[in-house]
Amino acid sequence: MKYGILIDITRCIGCYACEEACAKRWGNPITEDHKLSSIQNTAVIDYNGVYVSRLCMHCEKPTCASACPVGAFQKTSLGPVIYDPSKCLGCRYCMQACPFDIPKYQWNKLNPKVTKCDMCYERIKAGDVPACVEACPAEARTFGKRDELIEEARRRINENPETYYPHIFGIKEVGGTSVIYLSDRPMQKFGFKANFPEVPLSLFTEQIMSKIPGYIFWGGTLLFGIWWITKRRDEVQRLQKKLKEMEENNKKENEK
Amino acid sequence: MKIKIPKITFWSSVFWVIVALGIYSTILRFTKGLGAVTNLSDEFPWGLWIGFDVLCGVGLAAGGFVIAAAVYIFNLEEYKSILPSAILTAFLGYLLVIVALLFDLGKPWNIWHPIIMWNPESVMFEVAWCVMLYTTVLALEFSPFVFQKFKLEKPQKIIKSLTIPLVVAGVILSTLHQSSLGSLYLIVPEKLYPIWYSSNLPYLFFLSAVAVGPAMVTIESYLSSRAFKREIEIHILSKLAKVTAVALMVYLVLKVQDIINYKLFNYIFTLNYEAIMFWIEFSFGIILPIILLANSSIRNSKKGLFIAQLITVLGFILNRLNVSITALENYTQASYFPKWTEITVTLFMVALGFALFRFIAKHLPIFPPEAGEKRKLLTEGFEVISIKEVFKEQN
Repeated sequence: MKYGILIDITRCIGCYACEEACAKRWGNPITEDHKLSSIQNTAVIDYNGVYVSRLCMHCEKPTCASACPVGAFQKTSLGPVIYDPSKCLGCRYCMQACPFDIPKYQWNKLNPKVTKCDMCYERIKAGDVPACVEACPAEARTFGKRDELIEEARRRINENPETYYPHIFGIKEVGGTSVIYLSDRPMQKFGFKANFPEVPLSLFTEQIMSKIPGYIFWGGTLLFGIWWITKRRDEVQRLQKKLKEMEENNKKENEK
Repeated sequence: MKIKIPKITFWSSVFWVIVALGIYSTILRFTKGLGAVTNLSDEFPWGLWIGFDVLCGVGLAAGGFVIAAAVYIFNLEEYKSILPSAILTAFLGYLLVIVALLFDLGKPWNIWHPIIMWNPESVMFEVAWCVMLYTTVLALEFSPFVFQKFKLEKPQKIIKSLTIPLVVAGVILSTLHQSSLGSLYLIVPEKLYPIWYSSNLPYLFFLSAVAVGPAMVTIESYLSSRAFKREIEIHILSKLAKVTAVALMVYLVLKVQDIINYKLFNYIFTLNYEAIMFWIEFSFGIILPIILLANSSIRNSKKGLFIAQLITVLGFILNRLNVSITALENYTQASYFPKWTEITVTLFMVALGFALFRFIAKHLPIFPPEAGEKRKLLTEGFEVISIKEVFKEQN
């Protein structure tokens, strides 16, 4: 059963209760930055009076999990993408790879971690809802099963077509996300990129990674083959040289 | 007892200043963290250490596998005399890449994790394994010179019998590693500036590595011929330059194909930062070396060849920095310029490379014996590496 969060931007009132609840849940200080950072796993960003909640999108096929060399990121069966700092070696390829720029880094720590929202995995496992959803007084964040959230989003668009922009962000983007957005305008207005492919980004590296075993086999065989041929050619040339010399010697002796 | 006071020359003082600053930055890095010594940020998680120390370091070590393949796989005996120094360059290059990674990784003590924690889907996982395995292969390929020095005949025999499998493994691992550094960027199609994004990135990275390998061997031969007063093997290096030229030509075709397939005309013909960087890279890093190296009179002159191959190397470095830094600046809307402590660590790595090469070349038989005898005569009265002389004569 995959859970997710539906964020309805038209409902957010910008009270920052979610930020506070999130900071409390992680033991982070409360800031006025309203910006995702190593001490803020969710943020409400003010776009001229329109409040846009940001948090990890919990992709269906997460780019970070594909990119991480040691598998420190994991897409759980419940939906959240979780991070295990004990595996992490700090290469930061996840940060480079994430299409939503979610993972942040504790740059000033000597034992730094990647930080991001985990959809309150522990709470979900215990049957609870994520802290930010619980704290939201405007029901701008709805927690539930992803399929049902998509239904709900469609219902809202159908009931109020003049309020909503008719696109649910997160159904198809980069292969689908567990956090989905409803808005009154395209998400590109809120700093989201317009050119997300509808396939998981890991597909682009998979295409080349899948060629490796074949390459090792064929490449190895080919190299051994070339070595064998060039070595043989060398040997033959050397023998021919010797034969010629012997023939010439014989000739000379015969002449004598 | 007479105490020799080493001559204080310009380049040796530069070396020691770099070492001092490098040690200072190192201490700062491991006591205050990455934030204190770098300009890296959440917007720019990879900077100079990845762009130069790793991406360029690995590429510049490509001479090792190119020459090894020529000598052992294609049985081109004539290249044998430059093989040891090419292998040494590659080996030191890889060791320094690992050292640089220890600086760059947030948790360097976990660097070994990919050995037991697998994620075969990850390009970085492939990169990690290639670094580990190829460094091992290079160590084994280089070990005969250590054995020779200490007259250990048995291990020398064992390694000799393993030469061909080792070289084959080395070539396979190198092709995988060089290309995988390009594959790293395949996963960010929406972030990388269109001029540099292409599904051909792994092939482009591999080809440019093949081009720059012989170039590095040439530069290394040139510098050490001056430092150790050896004759330069111009006839070999001139032939090697053809490898560079051909690899660059194939690269050029592939790049032009990309420009057409990805419809990049709009991007390369607008006047902006990215387009200017692209044209510098394209004309000075690809076209110019091809023209210079295709010219046999330049190829056969020591200085001409050195300059042409130096341009190849600089073009290569610009390409890697463009892919890893320039191409991301537009997306992040932030510019990145390394902090001085980042630069000193990078210079520290380069200086260590020079010093280690010189030290090993002095003590192990990596140059052909005839040259070695000549060198013996010259060891006296020979103090600090005469990079200074190299550059003085250059002017």
